[in-house]
Amino acid sequence: MSSTTATPTANMPQANAYAAGKLPKNSTLYVLLASWIVTGAVFLVLQLSGATSGFNIVGTVFFGTVLYCVAIYALSYAVEGVRRAKDRLVTALVTTAFVVALLPLISLVFTTVVNGLPGILTPTFFTESQRNVVGAGGGALHAIIGTLLITGVATLISVPIGLLAAIYLTEYGRGRLAHAITFFVDVMTGIPSIVAGLFAFAFFSLIFNDPGIRFGFGGAIALSVLMIPVVVRSSEEMLKLVPNELREAAYALGVPKWLTILKVVLPTSLAGIVTGIMISISRVIGETAPLLIISGFHGEYELRPVQPADDDPSGVRVHPVREPGHGHPGVPRPGVGRRTHARFDRHAP
Amino acid sequence: MTSVVARDRIRTPQRPGDVIFSTATVVSGSLILAVLAAVAGFLLIQSLPAFVAAPADFSGGFTNFWSYVWPLAFGTLWSALLAMIIAIPLAIGIALFISHYAPRRIAAGLGYVIDLLAAVPSVVFGLWGIGVLAPLVQPFYANLVDWFGWFPLFAGPVSGTGRTILTVAIVLAVMVLPIITALCREIFLQTPVLYEEASLALGATRWEMISMAVLPFGRSGIISASMLGLGRALGETMAVAMVLSPSPTVLFQLLTSQNPTTIAANIALNFPEAHGVGVNILLATGLILFVITLAVNMIARYIINRRKAFSGAN
Repeated sequence: MSSTTATPTANMPQANAYAAGKLPKNSTLYVLLASWIVTGAVFLVLQLSGATSGFNIVGTVFFGTVLYCVAIYALSYAVEGVRRAKDRLVTALVTTAFVVALLPLISLVFTTVVNGLPGILTPTFFTESQRNVVGAGGGALHAIIGTLLITGVATLISVPIGLLAAIYLTEYGRGRLAHAITFFVDVMTGIPSIVAGLFAFAFFSLIFNDPGIRFGFGGAIALSVLMIPVVVRSSEEMLKLVPNELREAAYALGVPKWLTILKVVLPTSLAGIVTGIMISISRVIGETAPLLIISGFHGEYELRPVQPADDDPSGVRVHPVREPGHGHPGVPRPGVGRRTHARFDRHAP
Repeated sequence: MTSVVARDRIRTPQRPGDVIFSTATVVSGSLILAVLAAVAGFLLIQSLPAFVAAPADFSGGFTNFWSYVWPLAFGTLWSALLAMIIAIPLAIGIALFISHYAPRRIAAGLGYVIDLLAAVPSVVFGLWGIGVLAPLVQPFYANLVDWFGWFPLFAGPVSGTGRTILTVAIVLAVMVLPIITALCREIFLQTPVLYEEASLALGATRWEMISMAVLPFGRSGIISASMLGLGRALGETMAVAMVLSPSPTVLFQLLTSQNPTTIAANIALNFPEAHGVGVNILLATGLILFVITLAVNMIARYIINRRKAFSGAN
């Protein structure tokens, strides 16, 4: 740091009206590097003296950045005055905030890839389920199929409803109903996912009078509750972008309103709508909590497609429960199995 | 066909296609309202037994529903509050960085990177919290307790695993960051350029321009964005359920192994084992959570909508 404190005035051979009273161009970079080096040296001394075991790289960067904030403020205060000093301090803080936010993302991606890659590279990962697997081995086929099925059914339910509601809001909706729908769609975006799962459970356990109901279709319903508002919002934004001239041209040619929407408005905004649907799928495909509630829960997840019971009676299986006396054993429910495509089932490892 | 239409007034013919289509859209729109009403209705019906449940039905020695739900509601609000204290300043900083500090060419790309965080499923955050964050911060917690143990929030004994409510708050903060950042960024970008240029022309530094033009303009936007983030933090389930080992108590200490859990995490952990009235009790706690988040979201949306009507941006 001491190397840079001398530079501000030494760099300038003559007083320049535009550069006078300012820190030189790259001073922030030098001060930052100097701060890191100073704290690095401090930690190196600590390590060599035996106070800490190993070189503390996190501490170096952290305290170095703190030192930088202090140093740049002091330097700038001395040379440029309090206003610019404050400006530089805020710049440093804002940039630090951004970098700090990136760290979890990088750490997350790194951890997931490093720890997950060996699992994916096992030959049976995509081809086998955990059926009859004790200990290591098997694959995640059951989970992949279950994820795709439940998300697929949820998409089939949400997209027509969401798209039609968006069309109502942009093309037909006037007055109170439209206002109410817009407002509550926004509010619905914030429903906790677990509440959606509880709703699906409350709904189906009342309808089927089964206090322990668990099935995949209920999970799809719960995901739809989360998905519909996202579809509505994104489709509505896209439909609003369609120029009114296109609609008016169609009306002028005598095209009915519904055909105008189907043949003119929707094709024009198709790309955006598809993007919105993909975003909504990405929101629900990783949902966990609602599926724990309505589709079931185990020590480890076992998702398997259930064949129609009349095709293959073993499609619905009973498993011994891992913790006897608790929870719901996988009681076969052929009626439920026929309607659903996937369900969690208790599985004993 | 026109000759059939009455002479004095040209009327749009009632085409069946139009009627069917417009009815379908109205029904879909109303269905959304119906679903929201159904969520509230069915949860209410199913939670009625919980309000009159016998003391024996509650786990953990509670005697009635309200004493059971209070520590959970406290844990929910406490963890969300801690998360917001961490997340809001960071989010405003990031949004400012993207909207006003980053070089123009890379600003859009940076915004996209932050949005990527929103696409990470919460289970992955939970796993990351257990596997990476908790062991990483545990030594810091130990130091905090050693040095600042006299401060009530940091009182010991320190948790040996690092899986405390502060860790949960950090994970929650990371999860709500993208939402708050995205909204704040939009608001900051809407600041009329004339205001910014005018203050710069008067000799303001960049920070003075931001504090005098951008932040006042975006204040209500920041508030509503924070409330939307708060709604998300309140309802987050998996990250909390995975990281915390709960104890149903009201505790403010951040670093001990005794931590209040949240409503959502409590449901996720206990639901599979629940039976009888226990299910209704959990559903009732879910109803409480629903009411809290609904209120937070409605206030946030109300502020946003009111802002839209009066803002100079449109």
